[in-house]
Amino acid sequence: MQEVLLATIPGVLVLTFYFGPGTLVNIIFGGTIAVACEYSVTKCRGRNPAAAISDLSILVTSTLLCIALPPYAPWWLILIGVLTAVLLGKHVFGGLGHNPFNPAMVGYAMLLISFPVQMSAWASPRGLAEVPGLVSALRHLFAPGTIDAVTAATPLDLLRQNTGLLFEDLMNSRPELRGWGGIGWLQANVAFLVGGMWLLHRKVFSWHAPVSMLAALGVCALIGYDGGSSESGGSALFHLFSGATMFAAFFIITDPVSSAVSNRGRLIFGALIGALVYLIRVLGDYPDAVAFAVLILNFCVPFIDRHTQPKVFNMRNGAQ
Amino acid sequence: MNNASLYQLTLDGLWKNNPALVQLLGLCPLLAVTDSTVKALGLSGATLFVLVVSNTSVSLIRTVVADNIRLTVFIMIIAAAVTVTDLLMQAYSYELYQILGIFLPLITTNGIIVGRADSFACKNSISAALSDGFFMGLGFSAVMVLMGTIRELLGTGALFADMQLLFGEGAESWRWELLHIDYPLLAAVSPPGAFLVAGCLIALKNQIDTCVERRAQGSAEAAGAVRSEHR
Repeated sequence: MQEVLLATIPGVLVLTFYFGPGTLVNIIFGGTIAVACEYSVTKCRGRNPAAAISDLSILVTSTLLCIALPPYAPWWLILIGVLTAVLLGKHVFGGLGHNPFNPAMVGYAMLLISFPVQMSAWASPRGLAEVPGLVSALRHLFAPGTIDAVTAATPLDLLRQNTGLLFEDLMNSRPELRGWGGIGWLQANVAFLVGGMWLLHRKVFSWHAPVSMLAALGVCALIGYDGGSSESGGSALFHLFSGATMFAAFFIITDPVSSAVSNRGRLIFGALIGALVYLIRVLGDYPDAVAFAVLILNFCVPFIDRHTQPKVFNMRNGAQ
Repeated sequence: MNNASLYQLTLDGLWKNNPALVQLLGLCPLLAVTDSTVKALGLSGATLFVLVVSNTSVSLIRTVVADNIRLTVFIMIIAAAVTVTDLLMQAYSYELYQILGIFLPLITTNGIIVGRADSFACKNSISAALSDGFFMGLGFSAVMVLMGTIRELLGTGALFADMQLLFGEGAESWRWELLHIDYPLLAAVSPPGAFLVAGCLIALKNQIDTCVERRAQGSAEAAGAVRSEHR
């Protein structure tokens, strides 16, 4: 758990560099709420709060959720998201290890359904707008609405709103779309990729789910590329290095509790998430598709596990 | 076979064997039309009416219908009652009728109604069947209206909006802006919110039952302890 937190550092630093301290403020504020909530819930349930908090799983949940939230989110958005993740995502099912869904994604999906406007207001990247300072970030957090936030559509939004431009022209038409996935987004994805590689190296999780998710997303994007026409779903590189792709591949779908158990199961789990992410991004209405794709596949995990259970060596089919 | 007392029937319908919270029947309307109080009130009223009519009629014909065709007959009775309700709502609250749409005719397939007909009404006297239908319907309505108010409050910040659909012109001013929030929790009035609120209500009911049971046990033990001291 500690390693997962450490591995998010490069990604968070890049996000902070390009979009200002909003994400950092989110993480600290969300983490405080999450720890307080976990403490009171475990106390109420007659468990040992110190043990529940010291395994850091609650901080991982809140950190992952807060990275996914837009920087400069108002305090109530973070509060509702974290409470949903901890209470509805985790504790109603019996706490850590019993949750069928990824708690961070439960919180995120709740917010996305309830507050679509706030959830799609992402910050403008450095170089195109002035990046807010720490004081300004705190004011956005505690007194939302008193100052105007500099918000911009994300590259995925721009692609969805595109009606007449060829894909290449679209990418050249807007300064924020420079690079494969847009300014800041490409760099953040690379940083999360680096963090994920380090986790793979430390054997925190196996390569199966991330690799198959990225491969499936890439293949779907290649099929839907359509030669870069104005109806194009975007290039494979765009999909791999924009939005929350790398973050999801290495930090969300590798959650040991809510993902498939066997390696073969993880390959299927990841591939279906990759395909769904592409479909929801291109055909859906929401800013990004990761939360819904992950939650839908969390539903399927018992089914996948049932059909990918490894056979015990030297046992015939059906033997007990 | 009429052994159930009125008190027993009331307790069963409203709490102990509540159709929505314990039997988990009729979930389709319970989840689908409880995003506002007025819709919940309209549909639960219609269901209550159908339940009373069908229970009474089924009990009335219970001695003359052969056992192996009983379900067909029940469904026909229920469908007739639903048609009556449907036409009444069309006549007297047309807008609400349009809003409720398919869920009004779908009362026919509501598990509570055929369930009560088969498990209670066809074995009991008319008066018992009538009160069973009424209290089961009331229990279902109570849960539906409660869900409607909770979801409306969380999802829009107000209560009792659009009551004129059911109660005529004068009810327009009933809307009560309880929470002044700019961004209500839209999820509460969306389908996932229905499942969440229903789950929370069931959990709350079970929690209350557990507490009551524990307290009863505790007092029984205390009484036992007092008795042994006296000895």
